[in-house]
Amino acid sequence: MTELGLVASQLFNGISLGSILLLAALGLALSFGLMNVINMAHGELLMMGGYLAYLAYRMPVGPWRLPLALLLAAAGAALFGALLELTVVRRLYGRPLDTLLATWGVSLLMQQGARSLFGPVGVEVTAPDWLAGAIPLRSIGLPGVELPLVRLFIIAVAGVVLAGLALVLTRSRWGRLVRAVQEDRDMAEALGINSRRVDLVIFMIGTGVAGLAGAALALIAPVTPTVGQSYIVYAFLVVIVGGLGSLTGTAAAALAVGLLSAWLQVFTSVSLADVLLLVVVMAFIQVRPRGIVTRLSRALEEA
Amino acid sequence: MSSNAIALEGVSAAYGQSRVVHSISLAVAPGDAATILGRNGVGKTTLLRTIVGLHPAASGRIVLDGDDVTEARAFTRARRGVGYVPQGRGVFQHLTVEENLELGLAALRGRPGGGGTVPGHVFEIFPVLDRLRGRKAGLLSGGEAQQLSIGRALVTRPRLLILDEPTEGIQPSVVQQIADALAVIRRELKVAVLLVEQYLAFAWSVGERFYVMRGGRIVMQGETAAQAPESVAHLLNI
Repeated sequence: MTELGLVASQLFNGISLGSILLLAALGLALSFGLMNVINMAHGELLMMGGYLAYLAYRMPVGPWRLPLALLLAAAGAALFGALLELTVVRRLYGRPLDTLLATWGVSLLMQQGARSLFGPVGVEVTAPDWLAGAIPLRSIGLPGVELPLVRLFIIAVAGVVLAGLALVLTRSRWGRLVRAVQEDRDMAEALGINSRRVDLVIFMIGTGVAGLAGAALALIAPVTPTVGQSYIVYAFLVVIVGGLGSLTGTAAAALAVGLLSAWLQVFTSVSLADVLLLVVVMAFIQVRPRGIVTRLSRALEEA
Repeated sequence: MSSNAIALEGVSAAYGQSRVVHSISLAVAPGDAATILGRNGVGKTTLLRTIVGLHPAASGRIVLDGDDVTEARAFTRARRGVGYVPQGRGVFQHLTVEENLELGLAALRGRPGGGGTVPGHVFEIFPVLDRLRGRKAGLLSGGEAQQLSIGRALVTRPRLLILDEPTEGIQPSVVQQIADALAVIRRELKVAVLLVEQYLAFAWSVGERFYVMRGGRIVMQGETAAQAPESVAHLLNI
């Protein structure tokens, strides 16, 4: 592999990792940014999406397995999210630390639940044949560099989810309600907007995206009861670097963290790259404590 | 009592253990206006927020058009006819003037003739809003933002309009426009107006009834026609 080839492949790895982090972090950014709720069970909703995809793959539906898996994972996680919001999150409104503890408890229950149902060993979801190959870049002068189709597919999913959310939030009437509640919850209520219902729907979208992310990630790594744990830390990192409640910031942060992580891994081991990544993020937070995009809502300032 | 747009019966409010509003009773009939006067920190804003539903009442009853709404959440009170213009105006900075106005349509859900578009009379009362439709509300001057805030409350088709210091930090010419607008709103839309104000001349030009608050209680009340503004000045000055 040429030097240029190495740069190109690490660039691709960085973008690929960034898209995975984006999928893992988007839902978190929504609930954290709008409701000031730290959902520690977010990683487990990702895990749940992975297992739902695994179940969908065991149904005899032929070529529709992948779309069905993604749909089932998103819908299942969103429904579970609704249950979580109605039974736990809503009851602890305005008590962020209690919410954190309670959702952490839920995450432990979900991990043990998965262990009981599916066993401690991971289950595999094989990508369909049409995603099995890779695109070689030999023809454009980069011998030895190949772009796996599965990773390209995940990048596409992340792009579509991001664009869809951005479109709904900025263009739709409902998105306007969300932005109003985010900027000034009390005023929105005083205009007849049921802010609790806006919360519920946002939480469902956030958890649904987590489920979708879990299903997409199942294509490249086995689903285990603790798979959520390996993503949640990075997801929080991305949300904090991106700035609360901003999709643009979250997307930029996911890409930045992904690229940086891939680039660091060229020079050092994976674990040392993680340490360096954390150091860089801490340094960044010192300079910009509110993240890349600083558009804090009043509700958050007061909290 | 049901002829009143709003009636408070012994309403109290507290922050934790400390009670800041003590047993307030007052009433405003449709088309009438009442002003609550008082120094900073006597519980005026808390009282208004309690009526709107953004702060819980510790005791007493809040009766809106004959219905007890003491336990109702803020958004249902808005849908039943409470329009709110908060201190600091509460416009959504990141949304345009038009988007701000359209948010008021949320209050029309479940009402006859609900939904639809921003009614034309809002732009007749505040022509400036028509010219600035596409501008981000964060770029408006204080007076423009105040007119947007009142206009937006009108979109909710209120039967009671609550204003918290509408003249604060606004130039005199706009203050006059707001006084004129409130007169139209009362006369033609038959809306009851309840406002908190520190500016005595404005309070006297707008409302026929006044209440003076001190330490969370009403310590004086009367008709603006019967008493000179100077008669309450000693309760307001430091």
